[in-house]
Amino acid sequence: MAYLEGNSLVAAYGTVPILHECSVEVEKGELAVIVGPNGAGKSTAMKVLLGMLEASSGSVIFDGQDITHLSTQERISLGLAFVPQTKNVFTSMTVQENLEMGGFLRNDDITHTIQEVYDLFPILYEKRKQNAGELSGGQRQQVAFGRAMMTRPTVMLLDEPTAGVSPIVMDEIFSNILDLKNSGRAVLMVEQNAQQALNIADKGFVLVSGRNEHIGTGKELIANPEVRKKFLGG
Amino acid sequence: MVSESVDIVNAFALLTNFVILPAIAYGSQLALGALAVTLVYSVLRFSNFAQGDSMAFGTMLVILLSGYMIGRGWTITGIPTALIVIPVAIIGMAVYLLTMDRLIYRHYRKIKAKSITIVMSSIGVMFITGGIVRFVLGASAQRFEDGERFIFSVREFKAFTGLEQGIALKTSQFLTITIAVLLVAFLFYFLQKTKTGKAMRAFSDNKELALLSGINPDRVVQITWLLVAGLTTIAGALYGLDKGFAPQQYHLLLLPIFASVIVGGIGSPIGAIAGAFLIAFSEALLTYAYKKFLIYLLPLSMHPSSLVQLIGTEYKYAISFVILVIVLLIKPTGLFKGKVIVDE
Repeated sequence: MAYLEGNSLVAAYGTVPILHECSVEVEKGELAVIVGPNGAGKSTAMKVLLGMLEASSGSVIFDGQDITHLSTQERISLGLAFVPQTKNVFTSMTVQENLEMGGFLRNDDITHTIQEVYDLFPILYEKRKQNAGELSGGQRQQVAFGRAMMTRPTVMLLDEPTAGVSPIVMDEIFSNILDLKNSGRAVLMVEQNAQQALNIADKGFVLVSGRNEHIGTGKELIANPEVRKKFLGG
Repeated sequence: MVSESVDIVNAFALLTNFVILPAIAYGSQLALGALAVTLVYSVLRFSNFAQGDSMAFGTMLVILLSGYMIGRGWTITGIPTALIVIPVAIIGMAVYLLTMDRLIYRHYRKIKAKSITIVMSSIGVMFITGGIVRFVLGASAQRFEDGERFIFSVREFKAFTGLEQGIALKTSQFLTITIAVLLVAFLFYFLQKTKTGKAMRAFSDNKELALLSGINPDRVVQITWLLVAGLTTIAGALYGLDKGFAPQQYHLLLLPIFASVIVGGIGSPIGAIAGAFLIAFSEALLTYAYKKFLIYLLPLSMHPSSLVQLIGTEYKYAISFVILVIVLLIKPTGLFKGKVIVDE
């Protein structure tokens, strides 16, 4: 049994069905990527894992515990963290305040965790008194990761972390994501840039119309001629 | 009598007494009201049309409580009784605002109503609140100031300085300025430094992310109303001590308050304060009759025969309006880069 797994998830927005028996999973210290065309249900799968959308059938298992019916906040306090695709920092607040808000629910001393974030992303320490809205795209994404790390999560779910950034910033963000993974967390992300994402992924899920079309390691999927042809542009 | 025809000192003593001091006091009162509007706008995402009448409601509580205290002889010499009862009045105001939130605004938040819908409901709250005030106290004007009226009077000032023109500092002006400074300092400290204040700013900045961070929206809303109750009651009481209480006057305060908020930049607390003083000084400077002031400054041959009043005091609300229109035409984000309202 994997550390976090969604089993045969079925979900719909109102009456529009999105997910049909879709399964994803990720282990600790592993990076799993969900790729697929637009409207395949990638972000929806993530929302179901987080409890932001109710699954009509299927289950979500975290660390051996069934969390299918827990609220988002309960899941977050268990150790899941989420970095949304857009609007993922408090733009009018300083970097330091963003991190403090990430640790809002904690009653213990959060300075140690803040220091951990600064150790991982040293540039944020330099910019700690600056408003997050004034930072570059890559630095902003680091603030977003940092904010999510403040609850000391064991699983981090990232929704299209490289959407709308330049290729250079994309490399920077991917290297940050590898840092997150190497610190022992499980990282599950949804990505548009399938080729680059699968390159660094331990595990990949190719979703089409809400179904698992292909599952494999990142390398297997890149090597798979069908996946190459359909999703990686030959 | 000073012999020379140009007399700058007396001219400015005159201006201080009749324009600058009253404008600072009025600006402080507007600033507190404008901060309340800003808080509601930032956190609850609607422009609160009930602000003016809420100030009347808070002042009504102050009048009732201080009347009771004075009736019993429970007063402290020299201090306006109104000042002593303000904390109790704030509690009453908070209960009223939280009740209104529970009965009306919460419903619209729940169904995720458009901002304009909530604005319309706040107009309803405005009429209800104004109605309650008129029902309890009547519609006529009244004064509720007691204790010492002046920190120093014109006569004392003249005797002390030997000037022909005196400056008086009314107790209400002194209290207004002092309390406004303390309150604004507290508010900024609260929003910038405390965990709860930061959570309020986070909620205002990005509601979705605040929820993901575990910030409890209901609590943020409650604390906002508590702060608004404090600002509203104090603003109302200070305005009433300074200028007397009349429900219609408070109702009309909504215009300069909204103008302050928009001129300063919607959602910006600093902007609200700057806007309030801009409006207050514009009103005071444009409606003042400069005849006496100019007589001090100009040689005899140039003495004006008219009042030299740019705009009649009865048009003072138009000034807010004109400033509002100019700002919206030239710099819609206001002086301090606030938001431009778009219906989401």
